[in-house]
Amino acid sequence: MSKVIVYCEHSGGQVRRASLEAIGAAKGAGADVVAVLAGEGASAAAATAVGASKAVCLTGPAEFSSDAVASAAADVCKAEGAKGFLAAATYRGKDIAPRVAAHLDVTPFADCIELTADGDSFHVKRPWLAGKALATLGTSGDVMVATTRLNVFSAPEGGAPGETAEHAISADAKAKVTGIEAKGDSKLDVKEAPVVVSGGRGLQEAEHFGMLEDLAGAFGNAAVGASRAVVDLGWRPHGEQVGQTGKTVSPQLYIAVAISGAIQHLAGMRTSGTIVAINKDADAPIFKVADYGIVGDAFEIVPKLTEAIKAAKG
Amino acid sequence: MNIVACVKRVPTTEAVAKPTADAKGLDSAGLQYMISFYDEIAVEEAVKTKEALGAGEVTVLTLGTKGGTKEIRECLAKGGDKAVVLVDEEWQDRDARATAKALTAQIQSMGADVVFMGRVATDRDNAAVGPMVATYLGWPCVTDVISLEISGTSGTAKVETEDGVETVTFSCPAVITCQKGLNEPRYAGLKGIMAAKKKPYEEVDATVEANQAVSVEVALPAARKEGRIVGEGVDAIPALIEALQNEAQVL
Repeated sequence: MSKVIVYCEHSGGQVRRASLEAIGAAKGAGADVVAVLAGEGASAAAATAVGASKAVCLTGPAEFSSDAVASAAADVCKAEGAKGFLAAATYRGKDIAPRVAAHLDVTPFADCIELTADGDSFHVKRPWLAGKALATLGTSGDVMVATTRLNVFSAPEGGAPGETAEHAISADAKAKVTGIEAKGDSKLDVKEAPVVVSGGRGLQEAEHFGMLEDLAGAFGNAAVGASRAVVDLGWRPHGEQVGQTGKTVSPQLYIAVAISGAIQHLAGMRTSGTIVAINKDADAPIFKVADYGIVGDAFEIVPKLTEAIKAAKG
Repeated sequence: MNIVACVKRVPTTEAVAKPTADAKGLDSAGLQYMISFYDEIAVEEAVKTKEALGAGEVTVLTLGTKGGTKEIRECLAKGGDKAVVLVDEEWQDRDARATAKALTAQIQSMGADVVFMGRVATDRDNAAVGPMVATYLGWPCVTDVISLEISGTSGTAKVETEDGVETVTFSCPAVITCQKGLNEPRYAGLKGIMAAKKKPYEEVDATVEANQAVSVEVALPAARKEGRIVGEGVDAIPALIEALQNEAQVL
């Protein structure tokens, strides 16, 4: 059985769901998983790396440094004789995985949506051109280094790692995180949320996004997203932008409100589970990718939809 | 200060993907190109850094094709001082490692105090070359930077993660990958376009290692199953809720 290292992010003493999905991806490809955790609270969170047979906590300098962590993670990869290294395609995962790949002198693959065994190596499937094409790729490198797209793989069932170990970070930190300004609220990131409610220029004013925040609130597990047009207008922060020049999302449910569906927006959300479009223009391209469409005025529909969702959620 | 901006020509946003006959790659016939969106931000940041420091030279570096391409000249028109093209006719199909190693070798030979790149090239979407080059060079790297202060010897960057905004400090030389919001790329004025024609444009044979990535199959995504309009206006809401609960089972 091939061994795969999964870099696990954690917060509040728990391995993040996105990282559990990466463990799920490795298990789904028949691999034995070694979880690697770094940063403050790693040893407490290690027990929640469900599905991993072993957890290795990287210990070292107090200030977090992606380069030092990647160097140590690559060392663990070598020591374990792993054939794979996975991380979730989060900010941190995409920051660390290519560095690990360079330490191992292998080519990495980002945002994978499938991982399958190929002998003792792996194949991945991943989007090219923002999902206009899907490439299935293997590697002649010694280790398959990949990040897994969020909300695509299932978190595994199972117990805590049977074994935990420590590995000291030996490399000097080059770039160091010296400050973190946490989000003022507990809002989900648009990439992580199982439900995304996005608005476009058809909402006419920045203030009208309040209506979408109410709708997102009715779901309880939703994030607000935005089209490029409204981000360029300064109505919403660019962290919320969905599309080719923003974030690519695959929530279970994507609701596009007053978004026409320009090709660059579709690139960022067309792999969503179910797509709902609300637009007053029956010919808007968004309806071509939507599973369910409502033609009409968002200002009338959204508040009533919020009530209906609240009632349905009971 | 030696400032390098690495750029990549990518198919335009409107480009249609067409797998090749052997289904191992994408057909590049008839494609129009542009500088990758985030690389435009990298060029702007390089020029802004030079302007802020009041000294230095901005080299626009790319792995690409022979023959001065208009997209690279545009980077000079926007303030780059010279262009270096590492000529590799298979540039479009190079994997992240091969690309990173070719750029690394060139950066090592010409030297740099800071290297800017886009956070991701919008063709293969790997977001890997920046941190890989930095790792091969043994330099610090900050990815997806939304705000940057840089002196000749060190810098402070801000990045946005899922949890908030992190401040990262580093020393130069360093690799910075640029996220939307870092700056607003300028347009090339007529003066810039005229000046660009006279700027050095160097073509060097690239030293490229073979790809490790092996293409098994490249295909178009399955079409989404056809959807339907559930109705018009607020009257359609019950039908939508019913569909989300019972058909899609997402409520």
